[in-house]
Amino acid sequence: MNWLIAILQTTLFVALAPLLAGWLKVCKCYLQNRQPPSLLQPYRDLLKLTNKQPVVSEQASWLFIKAPYIIFSATILASTVVPLIAVDLPTSASADVIVMVGFFAFARFFLALAGLDVGTAFGGMGSSREMTISSLAEPAMLMAIFTLTMNASTTNLSLAISHVLEQGLVLRPSFVFALFALILVAVAETGRIPVDNPTTHLELTMIHEAMILEYSGRHLALIEWASQLKLMLYGVLCANIFFPWGIAQTFSLHDLGVGLLAIIGKLMVLSIILGISETLVAKMRLFRVQEYLGFAYLLGLLGMLSHIILEASR
Amino acid sequence: MNWTTTFLTQHVGWIAPEMPDKPIGDYIGGLVHHSPLDKVAVWQIADKHWQHFAITALEENLRWVAGWAEQADEQFIVNACFEKHGVYIVLRTLINGTKLELPTQATVYPAANRSERHTQDMFGIKFIGHPDNRRWTRHQAWDKHQYPLRKDFPVQGNPADITPPDMNYDFVKGYGAGVYEIPVGPVHAGIIEPGHFRFLAVGELILNLEERLGYVHKGIEKIAEGRTPESLARLAGRVSGDSTVGHCWAACQAMEQAAGIVVSARANLIRGIVAERERIANHLGDMGAICNDVAFTFAQMQFTRLRELWLRTNASVFGHRLLMDVVIPAGVSRDVSQLSCELLKKDIIQIREELAEIMLAVDLNSSLEDRLYTAGYLSPEIAAAFGTVGYVGRASGQDFDVRRDAAYAPYDQVSFKVALEDQGDIASRFWVRHKEINASLKLIERFIQLLPEGEITTTWKTPAIDSEGLGIVDGFRGEIISYIRFAADNKIARFYPRDPSILNWPALEKLALNNIVPDFPVCNKSLNGSYSGNDL
Repeated sequence: MNWLIAILQTTLFVALAPLLAGWLKVCKCYLQNRQPPSLLQPYRDLLKLTNKQPVVSEQASWLFIKAPYIIFSATILASTVVPLIAVDLPTSASADVIVMVGFFAFARFFLALAGLDVGTAFGGMGSSREMTISSLAEPAMLMAIFTLTMNASTTNLSLAISHVLEQGLVLRPSFVFALFALILVAVAETGRIPVDNPTTHLELTMIHEAMILEYSGRHLALIEWASQLKLMLYGVLCANIFFPWGIAQTFSLHDLGVGLLAIIGKLMVLSIILGISETLVAKMRLFRVQEYLGFAYLLGLLGMLSHIILEASR
Repeated sequence: MNWTTTFLTQHVGWIAPEMPDKPIGDYIGGLVHHSPLDKVAVWQIADKHWQHFAITALEENLRWVAGWAEQADEQFIVNACFEKHGVYIVLRTLINGTKLELPTQATVYPAANRSERHTQDMFGIKFIGHPDNRRWTRHQAWDKHQYPLRKDFPVQGNPADITPPDMNYDFVKGYGAGVYEIPVGPVHAGIIEPGHFRFLAVGELILNLEERLGYVHKGIEKIAEGRTPESLARLAGRVSGDSTVGHCWAACQAMEQAAGIVVSARANLIRGIVAERERIANHLGDMGAICNDVAFTFAQMQFTRLRELWLRTNASVFGHRLLMDVVIPAGVSRDVSQLSCELLKKDIIQIREELAEIMLAVDLNSSLEDRLYTAGYLSPEIAAAFGTVGYVGRASGQDFDVRRDAAYAPYDQVSFKVALEDQGDIASRFWVRHKEINASLKLIERFIQLLPEGEITTTWKTPAIDSEGLGIVDGFRGEIISYIRFAADNKIARFYPRDPSILNWPALEKLALNNIVPDFPVCNKSLNGSYSGNDL
């Protein structure tokens, strides 16, 4: 039964990720006085890409062809670790948050290799930028997560969320710092404005898109899907760690239903916030990203310090 | 014979079959100081003085404007146009068919560089001492000894089944640890025209940028030969689609000059209205595109919306969204009714209000400011050295506007403030556009006020054989030069349109230096050169 729900949860993750991307697009369109595409447009795009024959460069090695599958699988595995609608699932018990970060790093490693593989200037440029950014983003993210796990005395996300739930609504300065740090990192890691622009057509400004410029057909569909999944993962992390209320603690149908509705509501709100912030700011210069992520790291560190100074003694 | 001779007879001192060896400086100085504004002097000199003249011209602070050649039987006529304080002179020399050589002016005027290479590619005229002997417009479409603008080259060309790729172009190389090349284009991810950019970069820093254009060469100069004035005006309107009014007007002005036709006041004012409407539409589009290139989509959407509303009025009043073929030889094709005038005025009030609102949001946005200020800096010295025109020049302190400094009808009846900034960065080019929009809105209002009753066309007179004209108009990118010479029977013998992009493109290579690679697209957009107008 537990495993069944774990599989159901992961399936939900994969199935709902394009919907989240669609909703985000709808929010942004409304904010920019545009007519939005249908909520289901990302699904249609994925379907369209899947039906198209991929075009692969003659110079590409096996790595280029396998990378989309590796990236997609690694991202799905990462999603099994994060509680979406219920805590105490066997998948999240067997792996903790460090494993999740590891899966992300694994996927990114192959994405960067695939970017380099074909030997175009843009792919290499994108890979190099992605690696620069992730080397700064990962410590910041771990710092934020460590703040949380020190609070709960565990790196297991399920247990940590249960811990937050038990404590009830307490305003902890460390959590506020960690939340903001995580949000900054999430924006950088998912390639959103102001760090990267997912909708740009300008090769020279791209980061994530530059690496996947050579992909087409089902390969591109998998990578697109994986990045939608990643966006959702970060959304769920922010939502469920810091605002876990509503998540199912038993596996009754009622609780699971409430859990599902709760997370959908939380993600909708988060998307609106992201949409507003993306409408308000322009993309920053590439060399500002280090300051931005340095700031995220600093917030994580402050979170940790305030935990030790203000909260740990109690 | 034509306006050339008329002009020269007024200033007898300048009629000299041979260039005098010593006092040319005095002549240029004298010319510049008291010439009437609406005429252009043509000065024929011996080919050996070609470079010498350029040196003196540079000392006299003349700006190099345009260069073109044409074939007349066995001889080739080479022209170079210069400007100072709004006075234009055309320098001309004849070279004969056996020894097609001319001393270069490109060592004196860097702006002449690509133009001379174009002439070399098209006519096989060799410029001695030219600093750059690589091909320019010529890719691989013609055989080595074929020169498409010569009379013996057929209009339809001799196209191969598949044009060979343009490989082995000798780009500037960089050496040293960590220096790498980034080839960009000619096929881009966005819907823009084709052009190749070759970067030398260390990390993200641009060490050198080289442009390789010519991918949209359409043979405009060749297919212009033998056209009637109406058909040439249509062709000129398609030299660069976004600047259709500007090019069309320049060509018509040149043809009218050649035929000695005076356009009615009403037609001139309507031309002014459409030209300013074109400027506003393009500036709105450009400002939005600059914002979009730094991912500030909100502003782009708003600017695009305003532009769209503006274009719809164009369609309802003038019958074409982009105002193509409104300007025709000897007049305009569309009259504006009283009702249309009211619509145009309403449009102006609306755009003023909405623009003010958007500019407030744009101006207060610090993240946008961070991207646009100090990026893509073009110093006034370099802007002057390359003779940049339009918003590129004006954003770098080049206070020149054909509409004011060499005013033609209807701009001679109005006064307006030329937008000027001196910071030379992307933000300056952005704000110059904004200022120009406001100035143009006022101009349109004034033109509507001045609009008299009357005919919108004049009867066309067949110009004499060999009569020529030089149209000089300020398009939205800046000064457009259009040279026309008539053959017999109302047919065009030579048409050379000089798009402002020809002067502005080289500036991009300079302003991109010391920027980082991801800032290049917005630098490029702030300049927004026309590929089509450059490649012809």
